[in-house]
Amino acid sequence: MLTELRKSLIASIWFAFLTFPIMVIKVNSIEKTIQWRWMNVVYVMVGIFFLSMAFRFLLKQKEMRAGKEESGTEIKLSPIHQLINHPTYRVVFGAALLLFAVVYPFVFSTYQINIMTTALMYVVLGLGLNIVVGLAGLLDLGYVAFYAVGAYSYALLNHHFGLGFWAVLPIGGVLAAIFGILLGIPVLRLRGDYLAIVTLGFGEIIRLVLENWGEFSKGPSGISNIPRPGLFGIELSLNDAITYTYYLMVIFVVVTIFFVNRLQDSRLGRAWIALREDEIACQAMGIDKMKTKLIAFSLGAFWAGIIGVMFAAKTTFINPASFTFLESAMILSIVVLGGMGSIVGVILGALILILLPEYLRELSEYRMLAFGAALVAMMVFRPQGLISNVRRTYSINKDE
Amino acid sequence: MYVVHTALTKTSRMSKKILEVKNLTMDFGGVRALGGVDLDVKGGEIVALIGPNGAGKTTFFNCVTGIYYPTKGDILLHTPGRQKPKSLKGLKPNQVTVAGLARTFQNIRLFSQMTVLENVMIGRHCRTKAFIFGALFRTKSTRQEEKEIIDYSYSILEKVGLADLANEYSKNLPYGAQRRLEIARALATDPLLLLLDEPAAGMNPQETNELVTLIQNISSGGQSILLIEHDMKLVMTLSERIFVMDYGRKIAQGTPDEIRNNQEVIKAYLGEELDA
Amino acid sequence: MLMDFDYFRELFFSGLTRGAIYALIALGYTMVYGIIGLINFAHGEIYMIGAFTAFIAATIFSILGFPALAIIILAGVCAVIWSASYGYTIEKIAYKPLRHAPRLSPLISAIGMSIFLQNYVLLAQTSDFLPFPALIPDFDFMEPYAHIVGSTDVVILATTTVIMIILTFIIKYTKVGKAMRATAQDRTMATLVGINVNRIISATFIIGSSLAAVGGLLIASHIGQINFYIGFIAGIKAFTAAVLGGIGSIPGAVLGSVILGLTESFATGYVSSDYEDVFAFSLLVLILIFKPSGILGKADNQKV
Repeated sequence: MLTELRKSLIASIWFAFLTFPIMVIKVNSIEKTIQWRWMNVVYVMVGIFFLSMAFRFLLKQKEMRAGKEESGTEIKLSPIHQLINHPTYRVVFGAALLLFAVVYPFVFSTYQINIMTTALMYVVLGLGLNIVVGLAGLLDLGYVAFYAVGAYSYALLNHHFGLGFWAVLPIGGVLAAIFGILLGIPVLRLRGDYLAIVTLGFGEIIRLVLENWGEFSKGPSGISNIPRPGLFGIELSLNDAITYTYYLMVIFVVVTIFFVNRLQDSRLGRAWIALREDEIACQAMGIDKMKTKLIAFSLGAFWAGIIGVMFAAKTTFINPASFTFLESAMILSIVVLGGMGSIVGVILGALILILLPEYLRELSEYRMLAFGAALVAMMVFRPQGLISNVRRTYSINKDE
Repeated sequence: MYVVHTALTKTSRMSKKILEVKNLTMDFGGVRALGGVDLDVKGGEIVALIGPNGAGKTTFFNCVTGIYYPTKGDILLHTPGRQKPKSLKGLKPNQVTVAGLARTFQNIRLFSQMTVLENVMIGRHCRTKAFIFGALFRTKSTRQEEKEIIDYSYSILEKVGLADLANEYSKNLPYGAQRRLEIARALATDPLLLLLDEPAAGMNPQETNELVTLIQNISSGGQSILLIEHDMKLVMTLSERIFVMDYGRKIAQGTPDEIRNNQEVIKAYLGEELDA
Repeated sequence: MLMDFDYFRELFFSGLTRGAIYALIALGYTMVYGIIGLINFAHGEIYMIGAFTAFIAATIFSILGFPALAIIILAGVCAVIWSASYGYTIEKIAYKPLRHAPRLSPLISAIGMSIFLQNYVLLAQTSDFLPFPALIPDFDFMEPYAHIVGSTDVVILATTTVIMIILTFIIKYTKVGKAMRATAQDRTMATLVGINVNRIISATFIIGSSLAAVGGLLIASHIGQINFYIGFIAGIKAFTAAVLGGIGSIPGAVLGSVILGLTESFATGYVSSDYEDVFAFSLLVLILIFKPSGILGKADNQKV
């Protein structure tokens, strides 16, 4: 116990030193003034003292868990897993959630409907990226590029040809998927970490081109007056349009969950997971590595494209600033935090990461700081995410 | 529905060559790892490839299964019912498996986050064809196929004695069971020829005995097997013919009795012992 | 015609200067990659923190009335000390617990660390661009050549060259350097012959971070402004340079940096300055696709 305290004390002194220039001093080089913020030393020291204890405690717990797993001890399923795996509870739980989603606009304000619509968009984006990262194990850091392709297809096709939301929805998805295939063919041969960097580079290239190629994309000022989704040509008031967009998103989410769930338990889904686990063994099983990866990559891109169209229609204005690397990082955080490969986890991750900062307004400037910390903490302590993916079990009826 | 090669009786396929490796040569930047190795496997046979450490056995496997591209030589696969043999040279590993060769790995390479049954189901991948559309809409043919995959995979698990553990994660299996699962997974691809890379490595005597029984069982169904192994007792018990390699060359071939008395083989192995 | 040649020379030297600074950052990527096979995504942030620390120190010392040379040296020392400390700490928190995790885990952790550090500086300092004092004076003897190559360029090139020579010496002849090379070749073997691998990894992070800090100081005084986001772009570019030269190879990182610096300089000078970053990113994508092992790197074969 005493050594633990001493270790924490050393850590807090070390961090007091480490954060000293950035946290304590603030200078103004023009007016030649120095501002000393000594209270920050106290905050840092107290904070690190407890954090360092928590860090070591959690690390020890993780080691113990790993030890248990190795000795083959059965690990109990968490209550959430029992809930989502139980056939009746699952239906009841899903129905309750759906009922809540339907009633939501009648209970909450327009502002909150808007926020929830955004959160639902991130649910779908998360589920789409989950195919790529969670199932197939391909770290895509430029996912937002496909999202941008969708958004700009709607904005531009509408601007130039007057095409409506419903006409562009599939086009946006397909265009994004085509981009995915075109990028995927050369880059999916690369090893995991290189793939991550190339996709990051690709995402940035798309954004920079959108910013600089003014004649095509109207540059940094973006495109405005994009029509909201149509409803059989009925003229909707702003409030009704927002509610309508919300219900559309609910449907999108349900459809996405339905399809991703089916993909996950299909021949294709198994191949993705096998590929994630061991590429060489996977090839030795006769699975075409490139083809399988390409399908995952382009399906993920397809979903991003669809939501891109939706995004443009919801906000009625887009510009390249909406498609930065941080956006990709946020979607990645959703997948990692929720649990790679787990549908329920990704939904939970999206709701936490999008709704929490909205409702904790005072803390919203700490949002990206918390994302970063969460990514590190999840990898170090709980790489499987909040809700780990549990493989389906099969019952074999031997009488047949 | 599936092509069941194993249905052929042992005798009817006996004596017909299914794999023919000719003058296989592999250079790694000037270092010759394989120097013109010839080898053949006949239908229904168990053939062993032995040799001291570093003799080039695993390199041989990697060349045959498409992981390396051989510098020279050819690998021919005679598929029953087909006139001309198919050359496996230059095919990708997955194409080699589709053509009819399935392998296991010296250092076990299971899909650890998947269940035992799913590991075997992955083996059925290349013999089935449901795709995006089928997966999304679960068409009748997809459901049918999925059921067949499960039933077939389960029957293989029964064959190797892992049926009780079907829904267990493969990483939780004991060592010997993991090796058997690798074999099951390879069998699920319906191979013409099963390649086992040191299947008994790291096993205790009891596990090795169980393995011998398992391989005999598989073989009795008509399955042709080529194996690399260090355990001489296992090799002598199981194999009908043995090829011996040393320094990347084939130094002998013959029945277990012939190999046991071959001077060059004795020298190769004794030499190794003296060095050690 | 003469004008054109002057323009060419100007672009050449500005490219060389860029390359020199990229090299200081790229070395950190390549050394860490060589030892633990990780793309240290947060390395750009180390450089950014180095620039901020140098900025803070330089301002304080100039308010206190120190002479110019002393300010440069003291700001440089502070930047190196703190950047190295950050590098050391980051490794202990975000990478060391993941030493045996699947390959993508430390990469995701590194991305998280990078986002965290950016926002940490943003919140604790400012989101504005800060004017960075011109620490390097204009030398009188450079006057006749001023239209081709500025004094800062000369200082940057000279400093970088000296640092490269010192680094080469450390890696070739000192005990730490030899241990690093051994660890990079085979970590298990290095442990068996009694090398404390953890300490060598820490040393790698400390050296790499120190170089990035010097790069931060130099580029900040060259460009004249900094903000919390400079690490991201610089990091990607330096990584591009490291990959171009062959990641894991130290001369490769320098060569790649010079090539990247020149490419960028000529491309922006002759083609278009709007797409400055696009050139670098495109180069990165193209190298990774066509020659992922880089110019001086070794192709890696996965062992079966």
